[in-house]
Amino acid sequence: MSETPPDTTDRAAASATSAAIDMEAWVCPAPLRDAPNILLGHGGGGAMSAELVEHLFLPAFGSAADAGMGDSAVLQVGTERLAFSTDSYVVKPLFFPGGSIGDLAVNGTVNDLAMAGAQPMALSTAFILEEGTSLAELARVARAVGNAALAAGVKLVTGDTKVVDSGHGDGVYINTAGIGLVDRRADIRPQRARTGDAVIVSGDIGVHGVAVMSCREGLEFATTVASDSAPLHGLVAAMIETGADIHTLRDPTRGGVGATLNEIARAADVGISLNERALPIPGAVRDACGLLGLDPLYVANEGKLIAFVAPEDADRVLAAMRAHPYGRRATLIGGCVAEHPGMVVARTALGGTRVVDLPIGEQLPRIC
Amino acid sequence: MKYLDEFSDPELAGKLIDQIRAATTRRWAIMEVCGGQTHSIIRHGIDQLLPDQIEMIHGPGCPVCVTPLEIIDKALEIASRPDVIFCSFGDMLRVPGSAKDLFRIKSEGGDVRVVYSPLDALTIARANPDKQVVFFGIGFETTAPANAMTVYQAKRLGITNFSLLVSHVLVPPAIAAIMEAPTCRVQAFLAAGHVCSVMGTDEYPPLCDTYDIPIVVTGFEPLDILEGIRRAVLQLESGRHVLENAYRRAVRAEGNAPAKAMLLDVFEVTDRAWRGIGMIPASGWRLSDSYRDYDAEYRFAVTDIHTEESAVCRSGEVLQGLIKPHDCSAYGTLCTPRNPLGATMVSSEGACAAYYLYRRLEVTNV
Repeated sequence: MSETPPDTTDRAAASATSAAIDMEAWVCPAPLRDAPNILLGHGGGGAMSAELVEHLFLPAFGSAADAGMGDSAVLQVGTERLAFSTDSYVVKPLFFPGGSIGDLAVNGTVNDLAMAGAQPMALSTAFILEEGTSLAELARVARAVGNAALAAGVKLVTGDTKVVDSGHGDGVYINTAGIGLVDRRADIRPQRARTGDAVIVSGDIGVHGVAVMSCREGLEFATTVASDSAPLHGLVAAMIETGADIHTLRDPTRGGVGATLNEIARAADVGISLNERALPIPGAVRDACGLLGLDPLYVANEGKLIAFVAPEDADRVLAAMRAHPYGRRATLIGGCVAEHPGMVVARTALGGTRVVDLPIGEQLPRIC
Repeated sequence: MKYLDEFSDPELAGKLIDQIRAATTRRWAIMEVCGGQTHSIIRHGIDQLLPDQIEMIHGPGCPVCVTPLEIIDKALEIASRPDVIFCSFGDMLRVPGSAKDLFRIKSEGGDVRVVYSPLDALTIARANPDKQVVFFGIGFETTAPANAMTVYQAKRLGITNFSLLVSHVLVPPAIAAIMEAPTCRVQAFLAAGHVCSVMGTDEYPPLCDTYDIPIVVTGFEPLDILEGIRRAVLQLESGRHVLENAYRRAVRAEGNAPAKAMLLDVFEVTDRAWRGIGMIPASGWRLSDSYRDYDAEYRFAVTDIHTEESAVCRSGEVLQGLIKPHDCSAYGTLCTPRNPLGATMVSSEGACAAYYLYRRLEVTNV
């Protein structure tokens, strides 16, 4: 064993080979990015997801694709504007502390509509079921869908069911699509974020991701954290009601606050400056992330939104958010700046700065 | 969590920085050995808070980065076999081999699983007696005890469908190799606290004597790192070069005796190639003869490995203008000889990508 330091003979040998060791010229292996197959990271909501849309879907769709292609589209219908969105839900396990795939399938699509300033009207639900899935379990999921729709005040108006062979799915996948009526006062989109904007998050971050990870196979750990899955259109309505000019809203789901802020910074070509000390990160989330080597900024949320508002409106928007059950811990976390357009930079608690980059694929727990 | 917040306190950090500033009279180059420390330095912006005269050189202590290409290629070959369940820590999945990575193998149908402990792989082996279960045992002295324990348990329990693909590396020979290099500018080391919590500190005083360098055993939280730097600077300024332990809450001089006994039983010292650095004699561990049946390299007899390093680095394409620098987010003008970051390049949080972007930010603001 090598507790004994290398003796002089070893050192001479080391010296002989170390002519090749040039720390100044050391280059590390870069992650591969040009895979011929779909990788899990393509669904991670980070740079790989964005590349897939930009380099595969958009060129393939050609002129049939609308340039927007965001989380939701806003369509002019007569004198009204309709928001339209779709999302698929493949979470594993199906049930986790604080929610289930059923809650997510409703709230996720409702929130995509709400982030365009819309009040959701109707959802479709499509189930892709694996042969052999327990009917009792499916019924639990379906009840969760129904309850979440009731709670959100949205109708389930159409649907579809397909079954795939055993081994070709994780029990239940759900797709929902939704439409909603956009508030006439609202013009809310990523491109409207501008220098000077206040950046607000509606509450504690990283909660949903940690709750799901805590019961994932092979990673079970005890935590008091429960998913924050919630419909946010009521909160958005309260924010619009203040009369404030809300420039941008996004729900930081996959890829977390970090990925969402990067997307907005790029879409609007503004710099975003974050105050790391202001980030509302619950102790249990901080601990779980510390243990697993994850950054809470990249952990998913399912009941939070990020708002970009004109600085003079920040106080009244914050007050309206804090008066709403889903915004009680709303916090100002930073602002838009003219420097470093397209980039997110955090001021660390110690007073240094670091770039908050777009994650590549999925966050991977570190070895050490 | 106890021991996290207490060691990130901004006020205490400010006092340590003031002390470092007061003590520094000239330029010093200090290497933090461990990638975890590099990560923490960049994550918290510690390097920006130090006096300009203090240069942190980032060491080779990232197991993900230094695992030789040949071993990665062997892992890919083994993982792609239909009778194999290949288990690994998460961040190894993105490390490129000659042509692929483990994510790619998984996308092609390989049964690649992320586990959090090698003992989980042993559980998988017991649950899948008709499969060969392989764990990718890489890392420094820190991850080695758990890997040793797993092989020991497999042998004790008679679990024959488990094996370990081993590529362990050792810190002290790497420090010696760095100091022997003609281009070496390192004047002091922050040794990796968790390595010393296993191995103790006996290996380091001879290195201090031989190379006239201070070595400070250092932890990973911001205050730990600042304290390590402070002690290194005090030694440098006073011309001393001894071993100091600035991580006493985790490190004892004798280390962890049961872990060391287990390591001595299961592993033996071997020469090891470090990716990007080269062969360093007596710088790694392999399974000892009595555990050879559990050595995946031996069990699967992987041959016909043709490593090809250049194809995986995209910086060449950047220089040729084939891709934009931000298409290869981790590499570009920053990951050049002046700033050999490396250690966190493939980490889950993309620390090197962040570092690269951070420097680009500095350039923009000039």
